[in-house]
Amino acid sequence: MSEAGVVTGRPESRSLGRLRRATAGSLLLYAALLVGAILTLTPFLWTLSTSLKTPQTVFSIPPTFIPRPVYWQNYTDALNAAPLFRFLWNSAFLATTITVLRLATCSMAAYAFGRLRFPGRDTLFLLFLGTMMIPEHVTLIPNFVLMKFLHFYNTYKALILPSAFSVFGTFLLRQYFMTLPYELEEAARIDGCSRIGSFVRIILPLSKPALATLGVLTFKGIWNWFLWPLVMLNDYKAFPIQVGLAFFQGQVTVRWGPLMAGTTLAMLPVLIVFFLGQKHFIQSMALAGLGGR
Amino acid sequence: MSSLSAYWRNRTRREQMLTGYAFVAPIVLYTLVTGFIPVVSSLYLSFTNYNMMTPARWIGLQNYVQVLFHDSLFWRAMLNTAQYSLEVLPLNVLFSLCLALLVNQKLRGITIFRTLYYLPVVTSSIAVSMIWLWLYNKNSGLINLFLGLFGLGPVDWLGTPGLALHSLVLMRVWKGIGWNMVIYLAGLQGIPKYLYEAADIDGASGWKKFSQVTWPSLRPVTYYIVVMGLISTFQTFAEIYAMTNGGPLGSTTTVAYLIYQRAFGAFDMGNASAVSFILFVVIFGLSLVNVKYFQPQD
Repeated sequence: MSEAGVVTGRPESRSLGRLRRATAGSLLLYAALLVGAILTLTPFLWTLSTSLKTPQTVFSIPPTFIPRPVYWQNYTDALNAAPLFRFLWNSAFLATTITVLRLATCSMAAYAFGRLRFPGRDTLFLLFLGTMMIPEHVTLIPNFVLMKFLHFYNTYKALILPSAFSVFGTFLLRQYFMTLPYELEEAARIDGCSRIGSFVRIILPLSKPALATLGVLTFKGIWNWFLWPLVMLNDYKAFPIQVGLAFFQGQVTVRWGPLMAGTTLAMLPVLIVFFLGQKHFIQSMALAGLGGR
Repeated sequence: MSSLSAYWRNRTRREQMLTGYAFVAPIVLYTLVTGFIPVVSSLYLSFTNYNMMTPARWIGLQNYVQVLFHDSLFWRAMLNTAQYSLEVLPLNVLFSLCLALLVNQKLRGITIFRTLYYLPVVTSSIAVSMIWLWLYNKNSGLINLFLGLFGLGPVDWLGTPGLALHSLVLMRVWKGIGWNMVIYLAGLQGIPKYLYEAADIDGASGWKKFSQVTWPSLRPVTYYIVVMGLISTFQTFAEIYAMTNGGPLGSTTTVAYLIYQRAFGAFDMGNASAVSFILFVVIFGLSLVNVKYFQPQD
């Protein structure tokens, strides 16, 4: 290497210069990345820090990031003010149930719309897609009246039944199903496999990425659900976590230590799941985003 | 009819048809019950006076006349919502594109940064609201403490009528960039390499490459982000409910919050339905305008 440098001289120094410029460039990039990371992370770290401060040190000036002493009492106070674990459990139950139901109904409809031929299919599909345009607030009041009329008010039936289906989910899966080669199914059908059989044994196993995307999106959506459970539920013990957190805010008002402790507890499960599966998670989001364009 | 009987006679087609109808039946029924029927009944309710205690009474266009001509809070809410969207969307596009370009670089540890930037996206609106309620606190919030270092403030971020909406915009941008960053990133990685190679051969500068190759290639992605952003910002509710209750002085009342207040606070279902139908028409109109003028041509 050095020998070549001695002989030619100039190219060596030129590549060194390029290297130096590249290092300066990447240092600048790292600086920008770091600023972004600080702006993103500080609110979270500040929340965690506040959740571990005593009622006095919360207001100390100048502010300290490391709580001293560490005050766990905020967490017990938070849990005494509202059953946060119960709320988390409620959300986990609702999100799991609705995700399973939605995967089943959406994949069935997507298979029919994407891979079967029957009279009226395209008209039905268009009508069906049209409802994607309807904002939640337009259907809110009539659906509320309907649920009251069915005596579903303040029950999980009112939460689960209307959300067991999804137009967006059907659309997403249909787009994916349509990319799978038809020869696969034809081969199975020659071997005597029925339509339902080829759906369950060929299409579904091949569509794991799309199903995972829909699963993640649904779970996240239900976990963050707010407006519908807010108007539909009356008994606080049945609240899912977001409604529960808003209820909890009303209980502790501006006692910032317990409020931030409760917020931390409410965020924690999702953050853990996110960190465990972050690669798949982000890929899913990108797939869904581009699938809908 | 003849095509139907032809379908029926062919065994494979018959099976396809039966399976097809069976598979779409639940979801079509659902769409009818929770999609089309509610839109029609919402339209009906908007022509009535209904408080859920006594039967709905037909009053014709009265709700619409009231809302459109004698309701300053409605117009306030429309303007607030429009202003909120118009501030959030460009900021979101700008910052998320910058971040996407940044995390698209091949640097050591870049995936860690991608993950970090995505954190606010997986955090729910209510949790984010709690965090920012504390950050924006007038006396001991971190933002005012920081400004205090430079002898500025304290600023009442959420309590000043002219400022509260902007504060909510800032929070929404913080929460939303990561999501759009990922979508832009996928878009960036889908741009064919030869376009950049061709630009290199032509001796294009970095900025030229961005404005002539990157930005035009990302047009469908930007379109998607703006349309989706418009639909979601027009329905902003949770933050308002948890942070400002529409105040101070109605300066953060969004249309969605107004509907909630009127329907479930005052139980004036007729008026709330009229407002929600107007919101529907506005969103629908905006989407049509978008499709007509901004949809990418490919």
